Amino acid sequence: MKYLMTTTAAAMLCASAAWAETPVLKVYTYDSFVSDWGPGPAVEVAFEETCNCDLQFIGAGDGAALLARIKLEGQRSEADVILGLDTNLVAAAKETGLFTTHSVAAEYSLPISWEDDVFVPFDWGYFAFVHNVDMQAPANFRALAESDLKIVIQDPRSSTPGLGLLMWVKAAYGDEAPLIWTDLADNILTVTKGWSESYGLFLDGEADMVLSYTTSPAYHLIAEEDTSKAAASFDEGHYMQIELAGKLANSKEPELADQFIAFMVSDGFQSIIPTTNWMYPAVTPTAGLPDGFDTLILPQKSLLMSPEESAAVRDEALDEWLSALVQ
Amino acid sequence: MVKRAGAIGGPIVSGAVFALILAALVAVMSKANWPISFGVSDWAVVRFTIWQAILSASLSVAFAIPVARALARRQFQGRSALVTLLGAPFILPVIVAVLGILTVFGRTGWSSQLLGIFGLPPLSIYGLQGVVLAHVFFNMPLATRLILQGWQSIPTEQFRLVGQLGLPPYEVFKTLEWPLLKQVLPGALALIFVICLTSFAVALTLGGGPKSTTIELAIYQAFRFDFDLGRAAILSILQLVLAGTSAMLALWILPPIVLQSGFDRPLMRWDARGNFLRILDAIYIGVATIFLILPLSAVVVYGLIGLVKVPSTVWFAAWTSTWLAVISTGLLIIMALPVSAWLGGSKKGGAETLTLLGLAASPLMVGTGWFIIIYPLADPQYFALLVTALVNAIMALPFAVRVLVPGMRQSLVDYGRLNISLGLHGFLVWRIVLLPRIRTRLGFAAGLAAAMSVGDLGVITLFANPEWATLPLQMYRLMGSYQTTAASGAALILLVLALGLFWICDYWGRYAES
Repeated sequence: MKYLMTTTAAAMLCASAAWAETPVLKVYTYDSFVSDWGPGPAVEVAFEETCNCDLQFIGAGDGAALLARIKLEGQRSEADVILGLDTNLVAAAKETGLFTTHSVAAEYSLPISWEDDVFVPFDWGYFAFVHNVDMQAPANFRALAESDLKIVIQDPRSSTPGLGLLMWVKAAYGDEAPLIWTDLADNILTVTKGWSESYGLFLDGEADMVLSYTTSPAYHLIAEEDTSKAAASFDEGHYMQIELAGKLANSKEPELADQFIAFMVSDGFQSIIPTTNWMYPAVTPTAGLPDGFDTLILPQKSLLMSPEESAAVRDEALDEWLSALVQ
Repeated sequence: MVKRAGAIGGPIVSGAVFALILAALVAVMSKANWPISFGVSDWAVVRFTIWQAILSASLSVAFAIPVARALARRQFQGRSALVTLLGAPFILPVIVAVLGILTVFGRTGWSSQLLGIFGLPPLSIYGLQGVVLAHVFFNMPLATRLILQGWQSIPTEQFRLVGQLGLPPYEVFKTLEWPLLKQVLPGALALIFVICLTSFAVALTLGGGPKSTTIELAIYQAFRFDFDLGRAAILSILQLVLAGTSAMLALWILPPIVLQSGFDRPLMRWDARGNFLRILDAIYIGVATIFLILPLSAVVVYGLIGLVKVPSTVWFAAWTSTWLAVISTGLLIIMALPVSAWLGGSKKGGAETLTLLGLAASPLMVGTGWFIIIYPLADPQYFALLVTALVNAIMALPFAVRVLVPGMRQSLVDYGRLNISLGLHGFLVWRIVLLPRIRTRLGFAAGLAAAMSVGDLGVITLFANPEWATLPLQMYRLMGSYQTTAASGAALILLVLALGLFWICDYWGRYAES
């Protein structure tokens, strides 16, 4: 047994020793970010051209599970940067005491003003239900709940879109949120752990609509020249997601981590975002947004809770959600 | 003297296993937030866990009765192959079967496409129906084997007698078969109920959200979604109480697990020669075969296609899983030999207690406990493989002991006195007397353990870090990130590994005979 422990440890040491000459920057992120079609590969190439380092993206589940992973690893984490939390998780993330401050300043093109000394935004978007254009989409949650449409959503405990949906319903309906969830329960085909599973199920024809972003149809339009997907515009307004990255206090490469976060808000990173992560860039690149983004729906009203507000309602909203869905 | 070898090692190993589980439980209790508060959704988890286990057990057994009866009274080509196939789910990795089931019964799967041709809506597999379907896939064969074994214990003479008396099928059922079923069914039901109660991988992959969450899955969620050790602890205790109570009840009526030899003797049935019954039996056997074969064929067919798309991480994971299984099997043998010698030499009852422990202690509970113990001292990720290997061995121990004890008991009865008069003791007894006689059983038990370990998707989900994984976990990740083709390739590799490891061990055991 002791032998096993030593070999395991030794194997891990060797794995990192092989790269010892070039410094390694480990960035934990969500799964779709590191996928072949996600921003990961292109960002890696772009940053490594400037940093003389080895940038490693490590997929650790969906956004909210990412935070649990960091809590689990605690002080021992090998991660230098966490990329993929959002405003709803900021309070919980700061509470861990594992993150440290940054010194990055940028001209953000976010719909709100952003000032936070720990987290830096890298992109943003509006949550929306994506559907095929040949279908009459409902105009709000009530209409959706009354319809026979089947939707796939994500678990708010593991996924940031899932948590965003919870906040969306809460922000739009307040105390009536539990009723909305009770009515929606029979429309929910399944709840997946992460966004990728949900979107995959939708593309496979398993559901009529999937919880995603107003920007998702741009992927089909630009990457696949497919105009068959649209995002349903809801008249309650759309909840906003601002995706964030933060540096861990225990990072063994703090300068490199700073360098990466500065790179993250520069053109080199931001120009990759729209057509790989299919979100609005946090800082509009000099070349502007790609053609096709102008066809996307713009919410009549945008909703967003402050990190403090969302942290305060999170547990209650989660209980309401769970209680409605187990009935 | 023989007894002494087992009498020292047996209690030590049993005590160690017990201590390992107890330590986990104590650790879990220390983290639980007292007093335990239980919400609506927690009760829903408990309700679902019990309900799906009841459904899975009843459906498996209900389906198994006619299949076992048909197998017991029909002689046909491929019968022994089919009986062997019934043993396959025991060593089939759960996640592989799930992928196969999805391919066949999923919303875009084969059966939905078939339904589509007739204008019927596709099947929906996520949720209760999917969980139960997968459980029936795994446990119907087990139930069939248990019932078949009972059926074949009815002497042929009795069937000849009722044949001579010209009793109609209903009377035969009442006089011969029903008394038998009354003996076998409760045990089969109870065993399957307990197995399904602690099911994790099936609920993880086929559960449809909060509505279909088992306690085992809820432990995982508390851990991986919220990193809420207090909640994980409470759920673990709940799991232990629930599974422990059921296992204790099940144990009274648990049928023994026997090797497959002796199964391939069909009964001569004078009462079942009618064409109608022949056709009916053929249908039952046919449906059961298709039900088992289709998902497996799907895995093989898509696996071959997917093999070229398999990323290098999968091959690395396959390597990790292989040596993990080897270590786990080694640990199992070290534990199982003294324990079974001890139990084989003592009166009886010990094997039952051990089985109880194995059934009641959920892998995730033990995993959570050990995570809590290791966490303040060291990085639990470094211990992931060790804990996984150990937990896998502990989970396989009750099966192994049940397989080994009868052989041990027999050898000790036959040779115990001779050993004493020859002055054989200690290692010599093992080498000269015991091992050669239990080798077949040992090979089979080791094969079971190796296959179960290589295919396990349980504890590892709590410990694994994002950068490496065992093969089942890597395959699950591929399914999650929607790389179905690569996942199919990984499934085939995993299938070959599980069957291969089983075959090697089993072959080693049988090789001695020839």
